[in-house]
Amino acid sequence: MNEFLRMGGDGAYVWSAYGVTLAVLLLNIWWARRRHRSALERARASARDERVSKRPTVRQIE
Amino acid sequence: MRLPRWFHLLGSPPFVYALAGKVAPWLGAVTCVLLAVGSYWGLVVAPPDRVQGEVYRVLFIHPQIAYVSVMAYVVMAVAASIGYVWRLKLAHAVATTAAPIGASFTACALATGSLWGRPTWGTYWQWTDPRIMSETLLLFLFLGYLALRAAFEDRDKADRVSAILAVVGVVDVPIIHYSVIWWNSLHQGPSIMKLDKPSIAPEMLTPFLIMVVAFTACFYWLLLNGLRGEIVERERDTRWIRQLVEGTRG
Repeated sequence: MNEFLRMGGDGAYVWSAYGVTLAVLLLNIWWARRRHRSALERARASARDERVSKRPTVRQIE
Repeated sequence: MRLPRWFHLLGSPPFVYALAGKVAPWLGAVTCVLLAVGSYWGLVVAPPDRVQGEVYRVLFIHPQIAYVSVMAYVVMAVAASIGYVWRLKLAHAVATTAAPIGASFTACALATGSLWGRPTWGTYWQWTDPRIMSETLLLFLFLGYLALRAAFEDRDKADRVSAILAVVGVVDVPIIHYSVIWWNSLHQGPSIMKLDKPSIAPEMLTPFLIMVVAFTACFYWLLLNGLRGEIVERERDTRWIRQLVEGTRG
């Protein structure tokens, strides 16, 4: 197992290359999730705003 | 000529949003399985290289990521030009989604290459290497595309202007590919994508190709995931998004 992690003495290079790659993939997944969620949140907020603006106000009744 | 129905459906945001939601989990599963199998095969099963020893195992991620970074650019440029010519908003959405994914893959290709270069070539970076330079240019094209978009308040204008940059930047794609043939490079010439038999041992070729498919699937998985968010953002004030968010509020 130790021999596997050492990678013939170049373990630091091999494992950081694989580590960077994994980090980039996870970052991309997280970005996409966050963007989808915040876009839905904004759509919800704008739907709410529209309902509020359609409610009759005092000025409209006057 | 009458176009088939599915062709029209591909221009419909609600249809594509739902389709992406159905296909993405499958692509995600395929990606995870292939990445796991390919990594295990490449890191554990494949024998050490006769010249490079163990450090050559970066071979199972670095070329694949670099290849996907170029593919991401082509997808972005093709989508942007379709959006420009046919004024198809969904195509612009695809281009916008591909850009940050492509930028991150390009940065990752440069980083893994640099980590591989140090123990094998004795340097992290070589300013005169044509492959490194053309790939660095690709990173700046992605970043330039994103920065240009961010400079416009109006999304339609951002779509059209950034599409021109994306299409012009395609010149870099053949330069990246032929850089190792045209100029002296630390990089080796083509060893897989050539007409002759690949010059790589079969025990190494299998995990190499598994990882090619894995990273390609990974890109399209990320693209579909990102596209869903992008569609919601662009269609925010349409009726179907209204219904969607009212329905999911529960």
